[in-house]
Amino acid sequence: MDPVSRVTGRMAPIDRADVDTDQIIPKQFLKRIERTGYGPFLFFDWRAGGDFVLDKPEHAGASVLVTGANFGCGSSREHAPWALRDFGFKAIIAPSFADIFLANCFKTGLLAVTLPDRQVRHLIDLAAEDPAAQVTVDLETQEVRGEGFAYGFAVDPFSRECLLGGLDEIGLVEKHLSEIGAYESHRQEWLPAVK
Amino acid sequence: MPRTIAQKLWDAHVVRVAPGEPDLLYVDLHLVHEVTSPQAFEGLRLSGRHVRRPDLTLATMDHNVPTKGGIKAADDLSRRQMELLAENCKREAIPLYQIGSRHQGIVHVIGPELGLTQPGMVIVCGDSHTSTHGAFGALAFGIGTSEVELVLATQCLPQKRLGDLAVTVSGELPLGVTAKDIVLGVIGRTGISQGQGHLVEYRGSAIRALSMEGRMTVCNMSIEWGAKAGMIAPDDTTFAYLHGRPSAPKGAAWEAALDYWRSLTSDEGASFDGETSIDASQLEPHVTWGTNPGQVVPVTGRVPQPRSDTDERALKYMDLVPGTALADIAIDRVFIGSCTNARIEDLRAAASVIRGRHVHPKVRAMVVPGSMTVKRAAEDEGLDLVFKAAGFEWRNAGCSMCLGMNTDILAPGERCASTSNRNFEGRQGSGGRTHLMSPPMAAAAAVTGHVVDVRELL
Ligand code: SF4
Repeated sequence: MDPVSRVTGRMAPIDRADVDTDQIIPKQFLKRIERTGYGPFLFFDWRAGGDFVLDKPEHAGASVLVTGANFGCGSSREHAPWALRDFGFKAIIAPSFADIFLANCFKTGLLAVTLPDRQVRHLIDLAAEDPAAQVTVDLETQEVRGEGFAYGFAVDPFSRECLLGGLDEIGLVEKHLSEIGAYESHRQEWLPAVK
Repeated sequence: MPRTIAQKLWDAHVVRVAPGEPDLLYVDLHLVHEVTSPQAFEGLRLSGRHVRRPDLTLATMDHNVPTKGGIKAADDLSRRQMELLAENCKREAIPLYQIGSRHQGIVHVIGPELGLTQPGMVIVCGDSHTSTHGAFGALAFGIGTSEVELVLATQCLPQKRLGDLAVTVSGELPLGVTAKDIVLGVIGRTGISQGQGHLVEYRGSAIRALSMEGRMTVCNMSIEWGAKAGMIAPDDTTFAYLHGRPSAPKGAAWEAALDYWRSLTSDEGASFDGETSIDASQLEPHVTWGTNPGQVVPVTGRVPQPRSDTDERALKYMDLVPGTALADIAIDRVFIGSCTNARIEDLRAAASVIRGRHVHPKVRAMVVPGSMTVKRAAEDEGLDLVFKAAGFEWRNAGCSMCLGMNTDILAPGERCASTSNRNFEGRQGSGGRTHLMSPPMAAAAAVTGHVVDVRELL
């Protein structure tokens, strides 16, 4: 994975709570066998109406998605962050994220940042009122900055380190193969094997 | 220190702990299906890695299999996905139940019925409803495709410790009220995100009284209120279910396993980060009215007044007016299936409502057994004849209209009584409207043509 440290760009607001991954990328697009190419199908059903916020010209090219609580709930499909990334988003800011979605974002190199409701509200309003407004999501300093504000955010230190270093998580785990082997040698004999 | 079951299981699976890093957990069973695995296998291939423990990995085809006509009936992309799974499993020597095989079925149905899902295990799968396996006192949760690749390669998963929640369900379930109504009742109270960052243990007399099928239904929907995993302490019901299953331990190994399994309860005084209690005797059959599983009311109730933007959008999508009695909602389709409610007991419960009755002329109804094993068991009991005589379609196993990746989908605007777990917009087909409920409730809706309190038909 390429290192990720800072994203600067314009915001697109999706002012809804509980956006589920079935909406982010509907099931009919999960038949692809690649990790890329999902961008055109992002929020497919919501965009079918023709007036969805992401298709408004003033939000074209936005790289930061600002949205409501519990974003990414439901299905574990990693296709959701893949689609967001393919569409052009590099960071997502919300009051909270569903657990599996959040983990998937980190693996995908998508910065998912949690801020309190009030600050997210400010960003959603700002994006709607002034679509040209720029924000910086800075993983190094752990803050979201814009004109006249800087909001600090907490992030899991290990995930932060992996993103900043562009570390290969499988490679990290493989450093501990001897411990894994030792653990395996002590497993109960009656634990089931598939064959 | 007194520990919860989740903590005991966690401690027993820690390969490595290091300050500032997530714990490295060992995975006892990794379940794989065609939709969330292709990119993981591709990643392995590109990095020259192989599957560390094919003997602890099991693959099945479930999400996009056609429920009639075999693999030939699949669209090109679905078929490609299934063929690719077969190629990947062959290359990595992973056992696979492919379409047409005796044990093929929904991943969360086949693990338990083969006896592969056992107390005390850590089980993962690239699927959020992996929480189902927690019914056996296993720590089971869904993972993304990158994590699938990581587990294939190392059989381990780095995980941050999660918090513990307890849900105590006391009392006794009234007639016509099921495990599905327990979990819908819980979600109705907690909302759909309260479980975030937590594992939940379900306990209390009403949980103890549930069969394994019922417990799986409850744990299955843990993810619908945001919890990563649900679990229930194993007991005699669990052991009786497992005894004699193909992969269950036998002889002296069975006795050794039992000794360990019996220790898997939360210690007296173990502390939880949050506790919820509900009284099962007060529960009624539940039905969702909206577009998430928390938008749910008892069937005797009415569509509520919206309390948020989300509610308003849901009412619009569902084409419902607040104040409408649930029982006045007409139904076009009925789906009895999914990893929530397509086990043998679910089919029996639905069949008992249907026996001697007929599907309403305006309704199209189908039963999709959770696995081919369930299908055979049902046919041995003659349940297929009951369903067919009543006008139900009787299909082969798969996820089917739970998510509509095959041709089993709702047309735009169609309204479905469904035993599945998600009523998200478009889940069962673009523009389709889903009302979640128990198998007997769905069966009752099929024969009356509208949402109805199944207790009126018993
Ligand atoms: S039945 Fe539905 S919820 Fe269960 S695994 Fe299949 S698609 Fe997922």
